[in-house]
Amino acid sequence: MKEIKIVIKNLNLYYDKKQALKNITLDIPDKKVTAFIGPSGCGKSTFLRVLNRMNDLIEHVRIDGEVFVDDVNIYDKNIDVVNLRKNIGMVFQKSNLFPKTIYENIVYGPKINGIRDKKALDEIVEKTCMQSAIWDEVKDRMNENALSLSGGQQQRLCIARALAVEPEIILMDEPASALDPISTAKIEELIHDLKQRYTIVIVTHNMQQAARVSDMTAFFYLGELVEFDRTTKIFTNPSKKQTEDYISGRFG
Amino acid sequence: MLELHKKKTDIAGLTAIWIIRIIFFFLVAALLLLIGKIVIQGIGSISVEFIFDDPKNNMTEGGIFPAIFGTIAVTLIMIIMTVPLGVCSAIYLNEYAKDSLLTRIIRTSINNLAGVPSIVFGLFGLGFFILFIGRGMDNVLETGLLFGQPALLWASATLAVLVLPIVIVSTLEALNSVPKSHRDASYGLGATKWQTIKNVVLPQARPGILTGTILAVSRGAGETAPILFLGAAFFLPNLPVSDLCIGDYCIPIINPAKQFMYLAYHIFILATQSSNPTKTLPIQYGSTLVLIVLTFMLNITAIIFRYRFRKKLGRL
Repeated sequence: MKEIKIVIKNLNLYYDKKQALKNITLDIPDKKVTAFIGPSGCGKSTFLRVLNRMNDLIEHVRIDGEVFVDDVNIYDKNIDVVNLRKNIGMVFQKSNLFPKTIYENIVYGPKINGIRDKKALDEIVEKTCMQSAIWDEVKDRMNENALSLSGGQQQRLCIARALAVEPEIILMDEPASALDPISTAKIEELIHDLKQRYTIVIVTHNMQQAARVSDMTAFFYLGELVEFDRTTKIFTNPSKKQTEDYISGRFG
Repeated sequence: MLELHKKKTDIAGLTAIWIIRIIFFFLVAALLLLIGKIVIQGIGSISVEFIFDDPKNNMTEGGIFPAIFGTIAVTLIMIIMTVPLGVCSAIYLNEYAKDSLLTRIIRTSINNLAGVPSIVFGLFGLGFFILFIGRGMDNVLETGLLFGQPALLWASATLAVLVLPIVIVSTLEALNSVPKSHRDASYGLGATKWQTIKNVVLPQARPGILTGTILAVSRGAGETAPILFLGAAFFLPNLPVSDLCIGDYCIPIINPAKQFMYLAYHIFILATQSSNPTKTLPIQYGSTLVLIVLTFMLNITAIIFRYRFRKKLGRL
């Protein structure tokens, strides 16, 4: 089994003239949870979006460096970005379900990939909802508007929707920051189950969450990668003083 | 210690509210008086014959059916022309065009187009559609004088250009109101730009597009100046309808090459060039009432669609 899923080498990102990410080099392990932590504005969300080329949608962004997923440089000119994003799914901070039915939200991805057979779509819906621990709550409400669900349910539905296109990697940008503690706990439990099948990268400003949920942790500060190591080491015995200061709350 | 005072009267606030109330009252009163007068003076003329008969006896008797038909025909063809063009323009401007000098010029031009007086559109329609394109087509296709003269098609085309800014601006607003997070979600699932527009953005923009259509219909159905020399006639013995024959089967369809009668134009002529003002006055009011009701009915159809789209999106 391959150990490393994503290799990032000397990555720099510029918004116009301002440099937002400085020389980031990092190896993200396969089928593990990697957390990005750091104070607001340190670039962790921007860096997450580099991994599935969502920054391409913003004008005036320039990227230098290489990002290899399974030995393929995703910033190569010949790469089909649309296909890339099917392989690398994303869950956003606030649920962005479409104003359609629950069923239509989940099958959106498969449908634009050309899957039309109702039976196949139904199977996808059931499978992904079970994986996202939301099947029991929505199986009788498939034709209701997705926005009628609670915040925590919507976020789990977003995860189901992302799983429906069968990605190998799931990127999560502060997925539980807008949720209550019980929903947050459910999402964290979900992440623990998902990592058996998917490589997960999660951005979080909640350090305790990172400590609970992740196997590896990367600490970012002002656009630079300060330290990257096993989560247990980062939180008990960090190598850099900056990391220790952040963990212990001396700044944040 | 917290002191509890008696509530001080907000004089400035109360004055403002009452000024607004009085102005509002006058506006509503004016509107009611206008509609009321039209209804009262016009309702007497309304009858089944009035709506479905042809005019008789030099407009002093009979009905206004051809004018009703002409108005509906012109407005429908106008909508068919302007909505796809307007919506596509708005999609291009909002989703595809990079911000450059050219796009800024285009946006400014669209806004300025909205301020052009309608009679100028009439002259434009005559010069461009009838004389340039119409006569040009006649020369190339050697059809004599078929396209180069006033006709329903050119009237609809001119009105379509007139209302185009309305449709474009409404659609732009609607497209912009779709949250970026929904587009991000779509791209994140591996959709192309067009798939995102077609499946996520446009469905959410439908109510706004329909608003634009409603406004365009109201404007177009009421315009008189542009169609003055584009095909409106005071009296025509036949409807602008021809038979489309395939073998032995003929169905009547609207013939866009013919001239037409038009309610707004009809009212104008009755008011200014009537041969017998006493007899035609009630007909004038009746026609005006019919025009208002017709516009209202055309709008109601669009309003119903918009209501259903909004309901489907979950935001009423």
